[in-house]
Amino acid sequence: MGYIELVSIIMGISLVLYALLGGADFGAGIIEIFIGDKANETISKAMAPVWEANHIWLIIALVILFNGFPEAYAIFSTALHIPILIILTGIIFRGAAFTFRHYDAFKDRSQKWYSRIFRYSSILAVLFLGITIAAFFGGTIPNSLEGLSFYEYYIAPWANLFCLSVGIFTAILSAYIAAIFLLGEVKTEAGYDLIHRFSKRLFIASVISGCLIFMSSYWQGLTFHQAFQAQPLSITCGLIATVLVPFIFKMILKKRIWALRILVGAQILFIFSGWFIIQWPDLIVFSDTSTLTIYEAAAPPATMKILFGALAFGVMTIFPSLYYLFRVFKK
Amino acid sequence: MEDILAARLQMAISLGWHIIFACIGMAMPFFMAYAEWKWLRTKEEIYLDLAKSWSRGVAIFFAVGAVSGTLLSFELGLLWPEFMKHAGPIFGMPFSLEGTAFFIEAIALGVFLYGWNKIPPKAHWWSGIIVGISGVFSGIFIVSANGWMNSPSGFDFVNGEYLNIDPVAALFNDAWFTQAMHMTFAAFASTGFAVAGVHAIMLLRGKNIRFHKEALKIALIFGSIAAFAMPITGDLAAKDIAKRQPAKLAAMEAHYHTEKGAPLIIGGIPDDETKEVKYALKIPGALSFLAHGDFQAEVIGLDQIPEDERPPVAITHFAFQIMIGLGALMMGIGLLYFFMRWRKWDYLGKRWWLWLIALATPFGFIALEAGWTVTEVGRQPWIIYGVMRTEDALTPMPGIQYSLYFIVLIYTLLTLAVVWLMSRQIKSIHIKYNA
Repeated sequence: MGYIELVSIIMGISLVLYALLGGADFGAGIIEIFIGDKANETISKAMAPVWEANHIWLIIALVILFNGFPEAYAIFSTALHIPILIILTGIIFRGAAFTFRHYDAFKDRSQKWYSRIFRYSSILAVLFLGITIAAFFGGTIPNSLEGLSFYEYYIAPWANLFCLSVGIFTAILSAYIAAIFLLGEVKTEAGYDLIHRFSKRLFIASVISGCLIFMSSYWQGLTFHQAFQAQPLSITCGLIATVLVPFIFKMILKKRIWALRILVGAQILFIFSGWFIIQWPDLIVFSDTSTLTIYEAAAPPATMKILFGALAFGVMTIFPSLYYLFRVFKK
Repeated sequence: MEDILAARLQMAISLGWHIIFACIGMAMPFFMAYAEWKWLRTKEEIYLDLAKSWSRGVAIFFAVGAVSGTLLSFELGLLWPEFMKHAGPIFGMPFSLEGTAFFIEAIALGVFLYGWNKIPPKAHWWSGIIVGISGVFSGIFIVSANGWMNSPSGFDFVNGEYLNIDPVAALFNDAWFTQAMHMTFAAFASTGFAVAGVHAIMLLRGKNIRFHKEALKIALIFGSIAAFAMPITGDLAAKDIAKRQPAKLAAMEAHYHTEKGAPLIIGGIPDDETKEVKYALKIPGALSFLAHGDFQAEVIGLDQIPEDERPPVAITHFAFQIMIGLGALMMGIGLLYFFMRWRKWDYLGKRWWLWLIALATPFGFIALEAGWTVTEVGRQPWIIYGVMRTEDALTPMPGIQYSLYFIVLIYTLLTLAVVWLMSRQIKSIHIKYNA
C-alpha cells in the first residue's frame, strides 16, 4: 500500500472520528431542541472539556484534503461555496454560544438566547455538513463550470433532494450518537429513561431517512443506489450496522454504558465503511459519471510521504493526550 | 464592488480578526501559569483567583478563536481555490503540523480549565505551560506558511508548472524565522499591554486594588520585555525583506527612487503621481544603514520595480509608520517601567502612570494589525511572491461582495458578544470581592 492509500485512509478515519465526536456535539444541540432545558447541565458538563478537541478532526480531514488532494479541495470549495459558508456559520455560532452559555459570569435571561443559538446553529451546521458531503459522492457536481449558469454550478449541485436526504440522515445520526453518549452522563433514572426513549425514536428516524437516500438517488437518476447494490461488501457493512441494533437496545436496558458506546461506534464505522467502499478510489463523482480518483488528485509523491510522516507524528502525540483528557474527565 | 477587492477585504478582515485571538492564545497561558506558579509558591489566594479569572476569559477567547480559525481554513479555498490547488502540496506541511499543535493546545486547555481539582497541582500547572507552548508552535507554523507566500521555496516553477516539490524546504523558507520571531514577541507585547491596560482602567476606578495590581504587574513584565524584542526582531525582518522583497521595502518606506545613501522617511504623505513624499522627516543615509548595514549602500526604489508589480504605496507606508510609532511608544513605556521598578518607586500608586497604561491598551494590537498590513499589502500584487498573482488565484464564483457583507455581519455580532461577555466577567470580579 502506497502513501496515497494510507493518507486517504487516515482522512477517512478522521471523518469517522469527526462523525462520532463532533457528531455527538452537534447532536447534543439537536436533542436540546426536543427536550428543552432539562439536559443543559448534563450536556455542558459532558461536552465542555472536550468539544474543541472534537472539532479538530474536521480541520485534520480538511488539511489532508488540501495538502494531499489539492485539486479535489479546489473543486469542492468552488462548487460548494454556499453550503460550506452555511456550515461555517453554524459552527461559529454554536461553538461561541455553547462557550458563552457555560462561561457567562451571570446566569440570567441571556442563557435562553445562548441556548437557542446553540441549538439551531447545531442543526444547521450538521444538516449542511451532510448536504455538502453528499454532493461529493452523489454525482451532482458538473465536471466543468464552462457555459453553466450560477444556479447550475453553484446551487443545483447541493440544493436537491438527494443531498437534502443525506443531510437529514446526518443530523438524525448525530442526534442518535449524542443520545447514546449522554446515556452514560445522565445522573437520574428519569433522565436515563427520557434519553432512552428518545434514542429509540431517533433510531427509527435514521432508518427511514437512510431509505430516503436510496429512493432519492433513484428518483434523481443518480448512480449512488446502483453503486451500492453492485458492492457486496457495502451491503454487508449496511447489514452488520442493522444487525447490531437489537444488541444496542439490550445494552441500553442493561445500562452497560461502555459496551453500548463501543457498539454504536462500530455501527457508525460500518456505515462509513459501506460508503467508503462504494467511493474507493473516487474522491469526487461528477454529474456526467466521470470521476476524480485519489490517484488523479494526489499531490506529488514527496508531498504525500511528508504528509504521511506529519500525520503519523500527529497520531503519536494526539492519541496519548486525548486518552489522558478523557481519562481525567470520564472517570 | 469588484470580486477581487471583496475577496481581499474578506480575507483581511477574517485574518485580522483571528490574529487577535491567536495572539491571546499564545501569550495568555503563560500569564495564567505565572499567576498559578505564584499561588503554588506563596499560597496567597489572590493569585489563584487571578489565574482562574484569567482562565475564564481565555476560555471565551479560545473558543471564539477556534471557530474563527475553522472559518479561515475553509476560506483559503472558498476565496483562493487556484492558489490552494498549487500551493497546497508545497506549503501544506506547516498546516498539518499546526493541526497537531492546535490539537494538543485544545486538549491541554481542557485539562487546565476543568482539571483544577481533578489532577495534582503540579500537573495542572504543566497543562497551562503546554497550552502556551503548543499555542506558540501553532503560531510559528502558520507564520511559516505565510513566510512561504513571501519567500516561495521548495519547488521549481517551470512553464507554469510546480515541479520538484520539497515540502520541508518550503517549511523552512527564507522568511519563516524572522517573521516567526517577530510575530511571537508581538503576541506577547500586544497581549501584555492589552491586559495591563484593562487592569489599569480598573485601578483608576478604584476597584479591587490588590487584585488588579498583581494582574497589572504580571502582564506588564511580559509586555515590556517583548516590546524590547520588537525592534531587534523587526530589524532582522527588515534586512531580510531588503534582500528578498525590495518592492515591499520600497513601499514601506515610500522609497520611490533608487539611490545610494538613501534617507529614512518618517511619516509624510506619499504621492504616486509626483513620486515624492510630502511633509516627511528624512534622516540621510539611515535607510541604507538599516536595510544593508552601510550608510552608503544602494537601496532599490519603486522605479526599478515594473509598474504592474508595485504594491500599494500609501497603505503600506502608513501601516509601517503606525507600527513603528506605536512600537516605539510601547518600548518607551517599558523603559519607564523598568526604571521605576529599579528605583523602587510606587509606580502603581501614580495616577498618571495608570492613565498611560490605560491609554496604551490597544497600542499593541493596532501595531500588530498594522504590521500584518505591511506584510500582506506589501506582498501585492502577488499571492505567491513572484510566482502567482492574487487576481489569478480568485474563485470564479461571482458576487463575492455578498459573502463579504455576511462575514462582516458575523464578525460584528461576535465582537459585540465578546466585549459584552468580557465586561460581565470583570463585573463579576467586583461582586466577588465586595461580597
